[in-house]
Amino acid sequence: MPDGPEPRLAVNKTYKLYLGGAFPRSESGRSYVVSSHEGRSLANAALASRKDLRDAVVAARKAVPGWSGATAYLRGQILYRAAEMLEGRQAQFVEDLVLGEGLTRHAASATVGLTVDRLVWYAGWSDKLAQVAGSANPVAGPYFDFSIPEPTGVVGVLAPQASSLLGLVSVVAPVITTGNTAVVVASEDRPLPAVDFAEVLATSDLPGGVVNILTGRAAELSPVLAAHRDVDALDLAGAPPELAIQLEEAAADNVKRVLRRRQPEPDWPEPDWPEPDWTVEPTPARMLSFVEIKTVWHPVGV
Amino acid sequence: MASSRFPYAPAPESRAIVNLRPSYGLFIDGQFVDPRDGGHFKTESPSSQEVLAEVSTAGAADVDRAVQAARRAYEQVWGPMPGKERAKYIFRVARIIQERARELAVLESLDNGKPIKESRDVDVPLAAAHFFYHAGWADKLAYAGLGPTPRPLGVAGQVIPWNFPLLMAAWKLAPALATGNTCVLKPAETTPLSALLLAEILQQAELPPGVVNIVTGAGETGAALVAHPGVDKVAFTGSTEVGKQIQRALAGTVKRLTLELGGKAANIVFDDAPLSQAVEGIVNGIFFNQGHVCCAGSRLLVQEPVAEGVIEALQRRLETLRLGDPLDKNTDIGAINSPQQLEKIRDLAESGEAEGAQRWSPACRLPERGYWFPPTLFTGVVPAQRIAREEIFGPVLSVLTFRTPEEAVEKANNTTYGLSAGVWTEKGSRILHMASRLRAGVVWANTFNRFDPSSPFGGYRESGFGREGGRQGLASYLEGYADA
Amino acid sequence: MSARLTQKVAVVDRELQSDEGGGVQQRAGSDLADLARSETSLRRFLHGLPGVDQVGAEARAASLATRSIKTTAKLWAIDAAISMIDLTTLEGADTAGKVLSLCGKAVRPDPADPTVPPVAAVCVYPDLVPVAKASLGHGPVKVASVATAFPSGRAALAVKLADVADAVASGADEVDMVIDRGAFLSGHYGLVLEEVRAVKEACGQAHLKVILETGELATYDNVRRASWIAMIGGADFIKTSTGKVSPAATLPVALVMLEAVRDFADASGNIVGVKVAGGIRTTKDAIRYLVVVNEVAGDTWLEPDRFRIGASSLLNDLLMQRSKQRLGAYAGSQDFSIE
Repeated sequence: MPDGPEPRLAVNKTYKLYLGGAFPRSESGRSYVVSSHEGRSLANAALASRKDLRDAVVAARKAVPGWSGATAYLRGQILYRAAEMLEGRQAQFVEDLVLGEGLTRHAASATVGLTVDRLVWYAGWSDKLAQVAGSANPVAGPYFDFSIPEPTGVVGVLAPQASSLLGLVSVVAPVITTGNTAVVVASEDRPLPAVDFAEVLATSDLPGGVVNILTGRAAELSPVLAAHRDVDALDLAGAPPELAIQLEEAAADNVKRVLRRRQPEPDWPEPDWPEPDWTVEPTPARMLSFVEIKTVWHPVGV
Repeated sequence: MASSRFPYAPAPESRAIVNLRPSYGLFIDGQFVDPRDGGHFKTESPSSQEVLAEVSTAGAADVDRAVQAARRAYEQVWGPMPGKERAKYIFRVARIIQERARELAVLESLDNGKPIKESRDVDVPLAAAHFFYHAGWADKLAYAGLGPTPRPLGVAGQVIPWNFPLLMAAWKLAPALATGNTCVLKPAETTPLSALLLAEILQQAELPPGVVNIVTGAGETGAALVAHPGVDKVAFTGSTEVGKQIQRALAGTVKRLTLELGGKAANIVFDDAPLSQAVEGIVNGIFFNQGHVCCAGSRLLVQEPVAEGVIEALQRRLETLRLGDPLDKNTDIGAINSPQQLEKIRDLAESGEAEGAQRWSPACRLPERGYWFPPTLFTGVVPAQRIAREEIFGPVLSVLTFRTPEEAVEKANNTTYGLSAGVWTEKGSRILHMASRLRAGVVWANTFNRFDPSSPFGGYRESGFGREGGRQGLASYLEGYADA
Repeated sequence: MSARLTQKVAVVDRELQSDEGGGVQQRAGSDLADLARSETSLRRFLHGLPGVDQVGAEARAASLATRSIKTTAKLWAIDAAISMIDLTTLEGADTAGKVLSLCGKAVRPDPADPTVPPVAAVCVYPDLVPVAKASLGHGPVKVASVATAFPSGRAALAVKLADVADAVASGADEVDMVIDRGAFLSGHYGLVLEEVRAVKEACGQAHLKVILETGELATYDNVRRASWIAMIGGADFIKTSTGKVSPAATLPVALVMLEAVRDFADASGNIVGVKVAGGIRTTKDAIRYLVVVNEVAGDTWLEPDRFRIGASSLLNDLLMQRSKQRLGAYAGSQDFSIE
């Protein structure tokens, strides 16, 4: 008998957008070639248009009441499910990273494992952030006064360009665990893990529209996202350096909360900042960037 | 407005306690100094148009001096100082404010136009409280929820508005100092005097030179401060329009920013509200401080079954408001802060009439000199009108109606602002439901316009970002976590 | 508020009228009287009144207390307050001599100054009414008598009515009754109302003040409800306290009662007065109450027929302040007669 399976033609995956819980192609019908780390052509990915982005914002906004209104417990469970799903599909993602980022199989494996753990970490935060960031305030009068964190709404996320899985999840998870919805522009050169990750989300009971992932040109999509008045906050993690200032300026039009990239050291010149080391265990900072503190007063009396 | 049987005689607070100097310098590096490349301007009392004093304008070189002084003080004195020592300076400031409370209150009413009753009972006590509260945080920052070793940002450039001059200075300086930053403060052009008196108090407290610097001036001085490369943190309270300009100007820098901008708060009265107290809350919400309040309850959303009764009760209540000399202890409504602001209010009020709302004011004798606007009610207001959407920043209340809680939420949230909101109902579950659905940074339920240094204040959306007050407010002035 | 109450009253009235097949009655006065037809309709009405938020009410009262009443306004207020006093002695040890002394003071508060107005009334226990009446006759100062088993009110209705009849027969111009707080707190509003009506009838020509004993009612919501019961029952005045229980009169309680009489006037056209009693000792206190009357109910209530202050030592403090305002120096403690 022959060793191994008979040679057969692979059924190649079509890499589409993840929008409103579905996987549509770009309304523009365009795509672009995604290459491996060595320059070998891997696949075509959808080339999202500004109209796609507009639709994504609409979907994200529509998903806000349901997701923000869900219990923190439910959100945590869904994120944990995503971790379960990702765990089960490790092999696929290891392959993605070996080809796309040029990691060794060993390093890719560690990265995927860390990504799963990162999801688990954020899953556990959903029903705890309120206790860490909230307070009952001892005002000088007969009032019960409390502060709680609430999700900001729709967050536009420019996912990291280099770290296409761990970095991606490290920026998306804090957004959604806090009850926000996300419109994500994936890494331009390494978008495939993002689309695969969308499949993980889609099989985790995540309601449609909570995360929307667009693949395409960062320079084309990010200005639209930054200027969109129905987006409440902007994560500039993967912003093209030459556009960073322009994006922040555009964001000011509706006073978006902007999470800038972090200056690695004081006086390190812009714009060539390397990406943060995503392997470092995060702090609550990212989550806190996308919540609003609401304070409520009520008299205490008979 | 006066009763015919029991007219209150004038009860003026004496001005004698205030020592107005004819001319004030800039407060830089612990001293009052003449401006190098600015000039001078006059500040007047808006209730009488009397010129109160000449004040310096800080030019670019003066702003630079101030920032350099703040930087030196940060690196050499304030930054290295242990928290518990910083705390004691700030406690001193709080105490001296309490000691000189009457003087501060009279000066504030003279320069701003607000009733002495308010500056005495609200502005000054709250200012002292802010310093007192934040002083206690200075050596406890490890417990503030920002990681074990939060670090100050450096030099804070702070620009404040004219509506609560002393209180806004306290809201900016107290947390910045407690967290170990040094400050350059730019008071509003029309209300510099209480900040300058505060500078004297800082000297009395022996605050090390350069820790706080006060550069008076107008928009250009503020812009120079915001743009100065030596500033690590910008904190601005003012109009949404200027806030956006600042956000744009800071794009691509590493300067941190917090903004506290305008609002168009909805005050929502349900048919089961405690009506008399709701009327008080409505009146307090829009007529306190002549409506010059970012979180003013400028839209009354009243449930239809009680709309007529509430409006009647409101009108009756407005008849008892006393408008006049800010230094009279019985004055409820003081002067509008400037002719420019008065013009804006008039313009918007006219638009209200032109767009079809019904306008009403109680009979009110306006003094001849000064800038005055009577408390005004617009009924029959619909969401499409300008007076329902634009911030008036004056004693003008727009009254709209609603039928159901959902409609109230929808109408209340139908704004690009999101600073505050009020809810009046006796039903507990509804209070909490409304509080959770209203997109506003502060929700007052069965009360309004309450402030406290331990209670975080700030807006959603175009009302700004960042919080002032409370544990959460400290985050604005600290590097906490390493990853953001 | 008034429109809402009138609507509310009309609705309740429609309910009551339905079995008579008639249309809705228009006269507000009888609308209110009809509420009394059943315990249920009365409860629904009272519990449908808007609630009072304690913190808000107290804050408003505190704010009104910061009014600065000086010079001419203060002089007016002092004289007004004097003319509104029910000079009171309600002690077990009262004698004819004590009452006579009080009456003398009531008519001529300051023996050295005839410009000082007399007080509104003298208030005594029923068995001392004849003494007071003999002294005051048909002069400007009225004779008010407590009755209805004052201060507790814990006696059979027949006994309480006999108490009233006795006071009236002895010549009392005004009767200060107490409501049955036990009945109120156990929810028997109808019973409370019935008693007020019965006492009102027994008063004949005498004016009726209904004491709510707000200290025992404990919440402002209850004060509002009790005020309405008293007014529907025909009270000429609603009164805060017997003075025998603490807390007695407070500014926020007065504020709530003044709102009630204002709203009742809007709804029915009838003006009911308010009397504050107990714990009002200084001119400053008295003037604060006048400010509250002025700004909450309106200056219609600023006269002795509509506002009274039950007090004893207050009078001398008013006289001291009056003389300071006029003469500039503080008076000595023996410059004025004792009561």
